[in-house]
Amino acid sequence: MTATTESLERETKLQGLGSSRLRKEDARFIRGKGTYVDDIKLPGMLFGAMVRSPYAHARIKSIDKAKALAVPGVVAVLVADDLKPVKLHWMPTIGGDVQAVLADKKVCFQMQEVAMVIARDRYCAADGADAVEVDYEELPAIVDPHKAMAPDAPIIREDIAGKDEVGHGKRTHPNHIFTWEAGDKQGTDAAFANAAVTVREEILNPRVHPCPLETCGCVASFDKITGQLTVYMTSQAPHLVRTVVAMLSGIPESKIRIISGDIGGGFGNKVPIYPGYVIAIVASIVTGVPIKWIESRIDNISTTGFARDYHGIGELAADKDGRIKALRFVALADHGAFNSHVSATKLPAGLFSICTGSYDIPKAHCRVDAVFTNKAPGGVAYRCSLRVTEAVYLIERMIDVLAQKLGIDKAEIRARNFIKADKFPYTTSLGWTMDSGNYHAALDKVLKAVDYAGLRREQAEKRAKGELMGIGISTFTEIVGAGPTKVCDILGIGLFDSCDIRVNPTGSAIARLGTMSQGQGHATTYAQIIATELGLPSDEIQIEEGDTDKAPYGAGTWGSRSTPVGGAAAALAARKIRAKAQKIAAHLLEVGEGDLEWEVDRFKVRGNPGHAKTMKEIAMAAHTSNLPQGMEQGLDATEYYDPPNLTYPFGAYVCVVDIDRFTGETKVRRFYALDDCGTRINPMIIEGQIHGGLTEAFAVAFGQAIPFDENGNHLGNSFMDYFLPTAVETPHWETDHTVTPSPHHPIGAKGVAESPHVGGIPCFSNAVVDAFAHLGVTHMDMPHTAFRVWQQCKALGINTR
Amino acid sequence: MVNKQTVSFTLNGADVDVVVEPRELLIHTLRERLQHTGPHIGCETSHCGACTVDLNGMSVKSCTVLTVQCQDAKVLTVEGFEQGGALHALQEGFTQEHGLQCGFCTPGMITRAYRLLQENPSPSEEEIRYWMAGNLCRCTGYQNIVKAVQYAANKMSLPRTGT
Amino acid sequence: MIPREFEYHAPKSISDALGLLERFGDEAKLLAGGHSLLPMMKLRFAQPGHLIDLGRIGELRGIREEGGVLRIGAMTTENEIIWSKLLQDKCPLLVEGARLIADPQVRYKGTIGGDISHGDPGNDHPALMLVLGATFVLKGSSGERVVPSDGFFVGSYTTLLEPGEIMTEIRIPVPAPNSGHCYSKLKRKIGDFATAAAAVMVRMKGESVQDVAIALTNAGACAMRARAAEDSLRGNAINDASIAEAARLAMSICDPAADQRGDVEYKIAMSGEMTRRALRTARARARH
Repeated sequence: MTATTESLERETKLQGLGSSRLRKEDARFIRGKGTYVDDIKLPGMLFGAMVRSPYAHARIKSIDKAKALAVPGVVAVLVADDLKPVKLHWMPTIGGDVQAVLADKKVCFQMQEVAMVIARDRYCAADGADAVEVDYEELPAIVDPHKAMAPDAPIIREDIAGKDEVGHGKRTHPNHIFTWEAGDKQGTDAAFANAAVTVREEILNPRVHPCPLETCGCVASFDKITGQLTVYMTSQAPHLVRTVVAMLSGIPESKIRIISGDIGGGFGNKVPIYPGYVIAIVASIVTGVPIKWIESRIDNISTTGFARDYHGIGELAADKDGRIKALRFVALADHGAFNSHVSATKLPAGLFSICTGSYDIPKAHCRVDAVFTNKAPGGVAYRCSLRVTEAVYLIERMIDVLAQKLGIDKAEIRARNFIKADKFPYTTSLGWTMDSGNYHAALDKVLKAVDYAGLRREQAEKRAKGELMGIGISTFTEIVGAGPTKVCDILGIGLFDSCDIRVNPTGSAIARLGTMSQGQGHATTYAQIIATELGLPSDEIQIEEGDTDKAPYGAGTWGSRSTPVGGAAAALAARKIRAKAQKIAAHLLEVGEGDLEWEVDRFKVRGNPGHAKTMKEIAMAAHTSNLPQGMEQGLDATEYYDPPNLTYPFGAYVCVVDIDRFTGETKVRRFYALDDCGTRINPMIIEGQIHGGLTEAFAVAFGQAIPFDENGNHLGNSFMDYFLPTAVETPHWETDHTVTPSPHHPIGAKGVAESPHVGGIPCFSNAVVDAFAHLGVTHMDMPHTAFRVWQQCKALGINTR
Repeated sequence: MVNKQTVSFTLNGADVDVVVEPRELLIHTLRERLQHTGPHIGCETSHCGACTVDLNGMSVKSCTVLTVQCQDAKVLTVEGFEQGGALHALQEGFTQEHGLQCGFCTPGMITRAYRLLQENPSPSEEEIRYWMAGNLCRCTGYQNIVKAVQYAANKMSLPRTGT
Repeated sequence: MIPREFEYHAPKSISDALGLLERFGDEAKLLAGGHSLLPMMKLRFAQPGHLIDLGRIGELRGIREEGGVLRIGAMTTENEIIWSKLLQDKCPLLVEGARLIADPQVRYKGTIGGDISHGDPGNDHPALMLVLGATFVLKGSSGERVVPSDGFFVGSYTTLLEPGEIMTEIRIPVPAPNSGHCYSKLKRKIGDFATAAAAVMVRMKGESVQDVAIALTNAGACAMRARAAEDSLRGNAINDASIAEAARLAMSICDPAADQRGDVEYKIAMSGEMTRRALRTARARARH
């Protein structure tokens, strides 16, 4: 069927799949009319302020509430003892551990929650929090995860001292959490033993924090009369929260409503359930009025879901041509004081075993040892699927290390090792079946666009003059869209997702999904998918997420799962509707279903194009008596989508840096990012996601860290030090794309928003190391602050004129 | 117990009177007493700029201003930019150029850009980045925000038709 | 995020302000731009019982030239400095320095007087004042005194400003029109304090330095003149060798605190590097 001008015009008017249409959600944000959790005001609402531990490790000898209770406006002061009657002073974590909601007899990380003061407003609450008197007995703290399992190490978790496992197998030490491994150890070790070339590096992925601009918070409101609990929350996963709250509180899940309105950025930080939420809920149940808890920025950086803190050793074995024969990765994972990591229950190290990357590596083995330290609990996946940034960073760094050892060009060595396009679906030696990819085409396109050969020539000239110029390459594959419920569940609940579409008689529609936008533009992109499937304008398709009373069950938005899972559910629900519509159309046109063909927004009778019914006409008919025999009225459908596989978006990035050897400052001269996310729903939105993800990658690579002194005290937990670049530091981004659809996804889309973060970080790092490669430097740990880069220059004796 | 003070100022053109403690921050007065939740709170160390308002012709971080300092002041927030149903060129620009994602920094960005363009109607990209460096964003990477401001600068420089 | 309770006063004249200062003594703090004090109060690191807001005192504002001296009201904001045609023309060092302070919003409120008298070693104006040979007008209830910037900065958060005194005016002799100037500041990002910074004013006579002033920011407990470095340059050409020597001498007086910006070794080295860059640029800007 050829597209006519007329049908193309109709298609354009729909503003469906592929259109760079403007966003529908912008209208309220540009007017300052978003509804973020701190905007919520309910009658009688009280405010909660947290009292936090100044010590990283200490016993609590006593807590005196008297002065706090005497502050005018203070209504209550809650400590662990007050939560004991409802057994909520501890709560289970997604990671299979338990976490103190309010510290019970001891604190295990600096700024751990010790009490919450409930008061009339946030001013009295702050005064009250200041007046709570806590008597501590300081204990020695463990800050270095390498020391956590020393024989004489202080025991952090006395509460589980007797347990020999916390959800993921045997513990070998009180501060040990789990050991996880994957792959063929024997085969890998043998390949290393026989290899022509091996390389080894110690590689740190420092502790960082996703730091969305809006901090975490909630308004919990328990209605004593109806027994209904409503919680407004900055949650990326409202349904999962509802289920967990039901389990914790004993309130029937049908009487719990979680409402995530507008969220000011999530990036993984807003998936976990934090103590502040639980205490606010309890306080509301006890007082019968709404309780608002909004954390401060320092609270946010210091206590909520951190990311990374992986201390890795990477090893590759190869032949003399740089063909990788085996990979061995080991990581020591610092989870802080409680294992509250956000991961599928069966995968305690997340998707770390994607670490074979875009390469055809016959033998691989990886192991993660996780330990407790006296730091904030976690971790979460900061703009990635859990542990994927860590995995991709390792392989993209190590292949550069290998290239340097063998004197092979860093683009060339990748090309030699890529999984070839015709080998997909490709199952890695660590068990992942990658759906589709065309790495050679992506890399070739990028190298040409940046004139890679020219850059290497320029680099050679600059090196001859003693100047530092680096070229970083990253050819990454991400794994997103968790996930098939057989493998991916959280506390047993599968990571499917859902879409419920209702078309009304006048031909517009409303769709509700179990995912949760924090800025990704779902109100627009889901509408576009459905618009194309149903032939209705995306402007007339309302999208709702976040209210668990209305939306069908889903696992929320994290790990780039909205397009792969939610988007699939939306497409398939729409197809169910279209299937029914086809029956109605056949009835209205008095032909057989098989005589009809779908064109943009209507069913046409084959051979008789004037005879057609638009979806709008069918929508009206669906609510009348004029329907096929035995068919119910209505034009709606619900789809619960259990993805058959995850999706594997990929990219090829090149970064050019110039380093000032006298100050250590790095200037990103150019960054070219080619992303392949399969079918592209809205190119404008994709480009925005790439800009944002690259900027967060830039921040991680060049400055983000959460430093501690040896007593576990924070050294940089506010915006004074935690690096969020301004518009001045942030480089200019160039974007490009190829399209390699996912064969198993209903519209071939893979998801893209996390790729720039996952792929960007090693690209920046590779560029910095490449700037020193000619001087024998094989690796430098992040963050590449001016100070640290200068230290490298000094070590090489090139920091002075 | 400190003495509260009555403070009168104009907010987006309307007269307002509030009774506040000296320590009350302007951001809290705007958000909690005056129902203007456009300006947001993103930090407590005066870095992020999400709370930016226009105070007597200056872009200021309303988290670092006491309401008692605002007697007779003229305050503009993002809520005041749409006039008579017509969006300000900046509001249009942010939509047209995809200059926002989660929207949390957007009120501060628009309010700051407003004053920037009043003082420098035709800024270069470098100038936009420099003069907007008091507003942090985590979602957009700033590139489209620059384009949004340029869009507005272009639109505002066009000769106006009619009266 | 929430300061402790305090009483607020907004005097309309300097004498009213002084009266309040005398009345409340060390329970009171002066509020200038508020962007150093209020953040400290919000974190409850500072808890004054009384704030005396200088913002309504017209006598404390204004930039003018009188008899070869620039007179800048202490409550002049960084933004007013940046946009002042008089200062752009007659004292570009001050404008360059102001542009490197904080971010646009902070600069609408932050004042030159507040920046100078707060005593934070990370503040930028002290070094600028030292190389410009500025004097400060300090008013107390017993009268007014004019003190030179040289010696005003004593230590961390310690200056010669007495309790009960208000800085009312900054006086800067108009630099010679053929002067070269530069404030070179290394920082992690816009809005950060200096990792290290150097201010330079230089006048040339032919190829030789007729006079030079060098001051360092955040390289010790307070801003410092690098006198030995200056001495090494007077009468000499500014070239690679003399710049290297001046930087070495500047580094020799540095005693910075290690923090997240860098360790002591790095900060000292960066004071040297900023000195080099400031000298080079100032030399290039100087006219014979």
